[in-house]
Amino acid sequence: MGLTLAEKILSHKTGKNVKAGEIIVCEVDWVLMQDGTGPLAVRQLEKLKMVKARTPDHVVLFLDHAAPSPKKELSNDHKTLREFASKTGAIVVDVGQGISHQIMAEKYINPGEVLVGSDSHTCTGGGLSVFATGMGSTDVAIAIATGKTWFRVPESFKITAKGHRFPKGVYAKDLILHLIGKITADGATYKALEFNGNFFNNMNIVDRLTISNMAVEAGAKVGLFPSDKMTKKYLKSHKRADHFKELSADPDAVYEKEVEIDIDALKPVISKPHTVDNTVFIDELEETKIDQVFIGTCTNGRIEDLRTAAVILRKHSIAKGIRCLISPASPSIYKQALLEGLIQTFIDSGCVILPPGCAACVGVHQGILGDGEVCLSTQNRNFKGRMGNPNSSIFISSPATAAYSAIKGKISDVREIL
Amino acid sequence: MENMKGKAWKFGENINTDEIIPARYLNTSDPAELAKHLMEDADPEFPGKYAKGDIIVGGINFGSGSSREHAPLAIKAGGISAVIADSFARIFFRNSINIGLPIIEVDGISKKISTGDELEIDLDNGVIRNVTAKEEYKSQPFPPFMQEIINAGGLMNRLKK
Repeated sequence: MGLTLAEKILSHKTGKNVKAGEIIVCEVDWVLMQDGTGPLAVRQLEKLKMVKARTPDHVVLFLDHAAPSPKKELSNDHKTLREFASKTGAIVVDVGQGISHQIMAEKYINPGEVLVGSDSHTCTGGGLSVFATGMGSTDVAIAIATGKTWFRVPESFKITAKGHRFPKGVYAKDLILHLIGKITADGATYKALEFNGNFFNNMNIVDRLTISNMAVEAGAKVGLFPSDKMTKKYLKSHKRADHFKELSADPDAVYEKEVEIDIDALKPVISKPHTVDNTVFIDELEETKIDQVFIGTCTNGRIEDLRTAAVILRKHSIAKGIRCLISPASPSIYKQALLEGLIQTFIDSGCVILPPGCAACVGVHQGILGDGEVCLSTQNRNFKGRMGNPNSSIFISSPATAAYSAIKGKISDVREIL
Repeated sequence: MENMKGKAWKFGENINTDEIIPARYLNTSDPAELAKHLMEDADPEFPGKYAKGDIIVGGINFGSGSSREHAPLAIKAGGISAVIADSFARIFFRNSINIGLPIIEVDGISKKISTGDELEIDLDNGVIRNVTAKEEYKSQPFPPFMQEIINAGGLMNRLKK
């Protein structure tokens, strides 16, 4: 009986064949913390008098959730993390230097590794065939101090897609929103989503990262892609070609469930408030006026996303009375966007450029919504109060839908202009 | 362990950690401060109306969303004695065990309990008694690995030993 990709990675890591359902203790290659949940982990370690990191050059602390800090309490949290790094030798990625999940992909993680992070969207790393998962502060504190954690090896869902290319106006974001709508917000709780077959094998890493990023929105522990020619190309372009290794599930692996997406039947997808699985195709959505558009985040703040948005916004102004916030996910994306003139396009259209970070997505700064206001965002979550005000509403879409809607002032079908 | 007694406060399905404790309060991990805003975005009046020892009851996928451990911490610090739900989200489940918040999963239980019901929980035997409705429900036992962590009073305590 063959192994799923999740079983395979964890088998390699533990040096024995492990199967779904087993509880294992496993070494971790990378640990990440961020400024929302990291200070609590530091305090846990202080309580235990264990202020140390087993492998400090594989512990990365990100100041991305409140960056730069909007209030003194958060500034003090940042100090806590910087001090912890200087005591332990951990790496700090300071304010404005990018979102954890994007930087981990650009600079650190490689296929077959294990990454745990005190952020639920740590699962983004699955796009590079990394067993990457979010945990709480205590678990992450223990992983920092001991270099290990425990897992229950997850059962896997095999996700395949029928079709060759996305229809006009449809992107990886629409696919993952549609999938979550289909399997629901808790449909894959404790499970691994494994993306398989021709369509996903030909998908570039940027799209894979967008999809893996949202695995947790179906409750999943990880969202894994095989490591293949696309992975090799990505690692090469990020100067890590020597870290490539091919990885895929065995052909006779056992899956708990199989889900097939019909690519040709897809249309732009919108998640309505207040849950991500509350999805509709754009043509089923009633007229929805918006006050704010946000393009960015660990889901959709990559250069390809900004290019898509810029093509749509070029020579157009955003609708009167709304604001459109744009945040590149890392400094290298920001620089590339400057080089290509995308930032100029955004400014000419009336958009606001925010520094690389989580920006408006977590509701602590940079775009908190007013009472009764509506935001269309490319982020991964639309929970009540997510953007800082429980009396506001968040819709989620692809960057293309978001950019076009910014011009129209209401949630609109981007296929009209493609 | 002594039985827990308290009044039930029922919430809906997919209660996420943003509702349990919004990110705007994450700049403190002081449990007492977190408790002041417990469940605020799900029910703004909740912090003022429950009593110590009361029990939160949720539907499916309780604790979904962000990995913030502040969520079970706020519940525990607020004096809630336990959370009962149809099912829990993965990270919240781990976090609760790690900090020693009793959580009990019983498929379909949210349909059997109403807000205001007097509940009694016998954690050792995994039994929930609904005194008001005169009913008894049996929960799934924890796997032995987790039972060890719970018995030690959380992961940090287990590690200290």
